[in-house]
Amino acid sequence: MNNREKEQYLREYSLLKNKGEPFFPYTVYKDGIMAIVTLAVIILMAVVLGAELGPKADPTTTTYVPRPEWYFFFLFELLRVVEPPSLVFLATIGIPTICMVLLILLPFVDRNPERDPRRRPIAMLAGATTIAAMLYLTVLGATAGAPTEIELATSPQHEQGRSVTAASGCLGCHKFGESGGQLGPALTKVGARLPRQAIARTLINPTAPMPSYQKLREDDPEKFDRLVNYLASLK
Amino acid sequence: MNFLPRTLQRRSGNGQAADGEVETGGNGQVEIPGALRRGPGRTGNGNGNGNGHSPGDGDGNGKPGTGLIDKKALVEGATEVPISVAGWLDERTGGSSVARAVLYRKVPKHDWSYTLGSAALFAFVAQAVTGVFLAMYYDPSANRAYESVQHLTNDVFLGELVRGMHRWGATVMIVLIFLHMGQTFFYGAYKYPRELNWVIGVVLLVLTLAMGFTGYLLPFDQRSFWATIVGVNINASGPIVGPYLADFLRGGAEFGSATLSRFYAIHMLLIPGLLAALIGAHLYLVIRLGTSSPPWTRAVKKRSYAHEEI
Repeated sequence: MNNREKEQYLREYSLLKNKGEPFFPYTVYKDGIMAIVTLAVIILMAVVLGAELGPKADPTTTTYVPRPEWYFFFLFELLRVVEPPSLVFLATIGIPTICMVLLILLPFVDRNPERDPRRRPIAMLAGATTIAAMLYLTVLGATAGAPTEIELATSPQHEQGRSVTAASGCLGCHKFGESGGQLGPALTKVGARLPRQAIARTLINPTAPMPSYQKLREDDPEKFDRLVNYLASLK
Repeated sequence: MNFLPRTLQRRSGNGQAADGEVETGGNGQVEIPGALRRGPGRTGNGNGNGNGHSPGDGDGNGKPGTGLIDKKALVEGATEVPISVAGWLDERTGGSSVARAVLYRKVPKHDWSYTLGSAALFAFVAQAVTGVFLAMYYDPSANRAYESVQHLTNDVFLGELVRGMHRWGATVMIVLIFLHMGQTFFYGAYKYPRELNWVIGVVLLVLTLAMGFTGYLLPFDQRSFWATIVGVNINASGPIVGPYLADFLRGGAEFGSATLSRFYAIHMLLIPGLLAALIGAHLYLVIRLGTSSPPWTRAVKKRSYAHEEI
C-alpha cells in the first residue's frame, strides 16, 4: 500500500465511521446477546458432555492412549503423515513453526490494498486451502481409532507378554500387523530387525517422542521382561 | 468520618439516613447530622429545630412534612450518592471523558460476525472465573492432584458443572478465536492500519493453545498424563532450544512431581497474565484505530448520472 492508497482508505473509513452508530448501545447490544449465547453454549456443553475423569495417572501400568485435545489433532496427524524418522522434526517443530511465522507475517506479505474477498482470489484460495487442510487433518485425527488389541498369532508362552504390550500403549504409535498407529516404525517383525538387548535399550532410552519404560523396569522388572521377550519374539 | 473530604462526608451521611441507620441520641431523639438539614433550596417545611424523626427510626408512620426531613428528600439525597461518588472519582481520574470516548465513539455499521472477538473475550472471562473456583479445590502435587479433582467433581456443590464449564469453555474459546481470525482474514481487516493488531492476535492464539496444552495435564488421569508426555517429547525434538524447553516444562530431565506444579503455575499465573496484558493491548488498538467496516460497504454511493443537474 502506498501513501495515496493509505490516505484513500483513511478518508473512506472516517466517512463510514461518521455515518455509523455509537458503540453504546449499537455494538454493546449485539456483543451482549453474543455473550449470553456463549455462556449458554458453555453451560449446555458442561451439562450434556460433563467432565470425565479417567483412571489416575500411573507411570507403570500404561494402558494409555496418548490422545491430545481435539484442537491439537491436526498437529498430531501431521506426525503420522510424515513417515521417515529423519524428517520427524519437520512435523513436530518445522511445519508448525513455519506456519506460525507465516501467519504473523501475513499483513506484511499480503500488501494488496483490496479488502473485498471477491477481488482477492489468491488470498482466498490460500486461506481456503489452509482451513481445508486443518479440517482434513483434524477429522483424520478424530476418526483414527485407538486400538488396544494386538491381533498377531502368538505362541502360548508369550501370551502374557502380548497383553502387557497391548496395555503398555505401544499401539498408540506402532503398528502390530494391521492395528496400531503410524507415528513410530512398525513392530510387526521387530524381533527380526533387533536383538533382545537392543529392544530393551530402546525401551529404556528411546528417541523422542517415545516415552521411556525405565520406570516400568524399576517397579516391575518381571513385566518389563515379558514385554521385551514378546517384542523379541516378533519375527 | 472526618478523614473524608467535605463533599463525600455529606453524601455518605445522606445515604446512611436513607438506610435507616441514623444515630440516635440518648433520649431516643434522632440527632440529624448537619449535612442532612434541608437547605434553603429544598421544598417542604424545614425549620431546623431538631425534633422530628427520621423515616428509619421504626415508628413506620412518620408523616412527611411534620419532621425535620421527609422521605422524599432522603431518597433524593440517596440518588445523588452515586452521582457524587462518580464526580469525586472523575475529578481525580478523568475517567468520564475516557468512558465517554469509548462508549459513544462511532462505529461503522457491521454484521454479526463482528461479535466473534468480544465473544472470545467473554469466553476468556468465563474461563478466568471458573478457573478461580477450580483453583480453590485443586492441589497441584503429583500425589494429591487426581484425588483433589475427584473430590471436586464428586463431592463439591456444583463442582462437576464448574469443571465441565472450564473444560468446554476452552473448546468454545478456541473455536471462537479461530472464527474471529477467519473473519478478520476474509474481511481483509488485518490490512493497514491494523497490521499490529493481527500480530498481537496471532500471539493470543498461540498463548491460548498453550493454555489448552498446560491445562490438559492438570486432572492427572492416564489420558492427560500420557498425552502430555508425548507433547513434551515433541517439544524436545525441536532444534537447538527444543531440549531446553522440554527440560523447562518437565522441571528437570524426568517427568515428575515438579512437572505438575510447573504446568499449574504456567497455566494459572504466567499465561493468563500475558493473555490479559495482550488482550488489553488488542482492545486499545481496536479503540484507537476503530472497528473495521465490512469491505463491501462504501461511504459514498456511486452517483447516478440520470439525476445529475446539467
